Amino acid sequence: MTLTLHLTINGADQQIPLDDPRATLLDVLRERIGLTGTKKGCDRGQCGACTVLINGRRMNSCLALALSYDGARITTIEGLAQGDALHPVQAAFIEHDGFQCGFCTPGQIMSAVALIAEAEAGMDPERIREGMSGNLCRCAAYAGITEAVLDATRTMTATATDAERKSA
Amino acid sequence: MNLFDYTRADTVEAATLAEGAFLAGGTNLLDLMKIGVATPARLVDITRLPLADIEEADGGLRIGALVRNADLARHPAVLARFPALAEALLSGASAQLRNAATTGGNVMQATRCSYFQDPASPCNRREPGSGCSAIGGQTRNHAVLGWTEGCIATHASDMCVALAAYDAVVEIAGPEGPREVPMESFHPLPDASGAGPSPLAADEIITHIRLPDSGGMARNARYLKLRDRTSFAFAIVSAAAAVELRDGQIVAARLALGGVAARPWRCREAEQALVGQPPTTASFARAADLAVLGASPSGSNGAKIELARRIAIRALERAAAGTPVRLPALPASVFAGDDNG
Repeated sequence: MTLTLHLTINGADQQIPLDDPRATLLDVLRERIGLTGTKKGCDRGQCGACTVLINGRRMNSCLALALSYDGARITTIEGLAQGDALHPVQAAFIEHDGFQCGFCTPGQIMSAVALIAEAEAGMDPERIREGMSGNLCRCAAYAGITEAVLDATRTMTATATDAERKSA
Repeated sequence: MNLFDYTRADTVEAATLAEGAFLAGGTNLLDLMKIGVATPARLVDITRLPLADIEEADGGLRIGALVRNADLARHPAVLARFPALAEALLSGASAQLRNAATTGGNVMQATRCSYFQDPASPCNRREPGSGCSAIGGQTRNHAVLGWTEGCIATHASDMCVALAAYDAVVEIAGPEGPREVPMESFHPLPDASGAGPSPLAADEIITHIRLPDSGGMARNARYLKLRDRTSFAFAIVSAAAAVELRDGQIVAARLALGGVAARPWRCREAEQALVGQPPTTASFARAADLAVLGASPSGSNGAKIELARRIAIRALERAAAGTPVRLPALPASVFAGDDNG
C-alpha cells in the first residue's frame, strides 16, 4: 500500500508517495527529495549529524519515523542561506574554523540555529557546550564550534536589537 | 528493521484496541527496531492523542503522557515547584532527543543493558529462559539493588528517579478501565527467571503522570548524576533528593536512587531517619547508609554501592542548601560546586 506523506520542506510543500512505512525523515530527505546536506552518521540518535528542525525544534531525523511527522514543517541545512548570503551561523562556522572534515557540520549548524533560538545558553560557553552535546565531531573542532556559536549569538542578537530599534 | 503495519490512533480508546506497539517520540522504539531487538508487527502512532498538556491539579501537576521531555523541563511550574524533575530531565540525553522523547515513552523505555541490546546474546528480559549474559560480563551499568540471577539490568531514566522521589502516580487506561500505580513501584523488579511481569498489559497505555503538591520542598530539591562524561550519558549512579526544613530541622525528606536497580529506588527508611534531624552531613551519611542497605554487587560493580552512598549524601546536601534560582549550566553535574552548581 502506498501512503502519501505531506511535508513542508524549506518552505516548499511536498507530497511524497511512500511505499514503505519504515522510512525515517532522514531517509526521505536524502533519498526521496535529494536533500543530501543532512547526514547519516550513526543512524541511532547518538551523533547528531542528521539534526534538522521539525516545526522549529531540533531533532534527530534518523529517529523520526517519516509518517509520524505527516504535515510537519521541516528546515534542513539547505534552507538556511538566502540565495548567496549565508545564514549568520553558517558564516560564523567558516570564520571560526568550526569544522575540519565537515561531515558533522550540517547537523552542528542546525543544532546551533535551534540553540540560539531557544535563548537559554546566551553567551555562556559552558551552556553552549552543554546545549551542543548532542552533536559529536570526530575531528574535535569543538573549540571552534563554541566560538562560532558565541559569535553567531552576538551577531543575531545585535541584528534583532537593531531591527527592534528601527521598528520602535 | 522488520516490515510493519502503520496505523494512527485518534483517541485513547482506539489506541488501546489497536493491538500494536505504541509509537510516540520514537527515540527508543525506532532504535530498538533498527538493531533488531524490537520487532513489532504493527506500529500504532499515538502522537496525535490529546495528551500533550500540563495541567494544575490540587496544588500539583498532571502531565500528559505526550508532553515532550524538553517542554516538561522548561515548564515554569516544574522549574518553580519540582526543580529536581527539571534538573533530572536536563541531565539526560541530548537537546535533540529531549525535543522528541515523551513523558510516557521515558517511563516505558527499555533498559540500556548492552546484552539486552545485542540480539546475539542470551537475555532473559528479551527472550525469557535464554539466560543472562550480563552476569559475569561488563556490569558497570548494572544493578546493585533488587537484582536476581535472572536479570541484573537497570532502568536508565533520570526523569523517573525524580518522579519517584516526588511521589508521582502513573495514570493508565485500558479496556478494563483506568488504574493508577505509584511511580516508585511501576517498574517490576526481576524474579528468579527474568525481568518479571510487564508493567502494562499489551492493551494498556499511560495517559498521564500526576505529581502531588511538593509543599515545603519546592525550593530544596536537587538531582545529582555520576556518569562517564558530563553530558549525554546514562547514570552510573544518581540521586534525587528533597527536604523540608523548619527551625533548623528536617521535617520531611525524599530520596530516590537511579542507575542501581530495575526501577528508580525510593529510599523510605532513609527518609524516615532524617525526620527530626538537623540538615548536616552526619545526618545525611546515616540516611545514605540506610539507602544502600541490602545492596550487593551483581558483578564487578561493587564500587557502585559506595558511589550511590556518596551521591545520596551530596544530593541531600545540595537540596538542603537550596535549589539555585537558575539551574546550573551543567545540570546534575558532580563537577559543579555544591553551593548552587
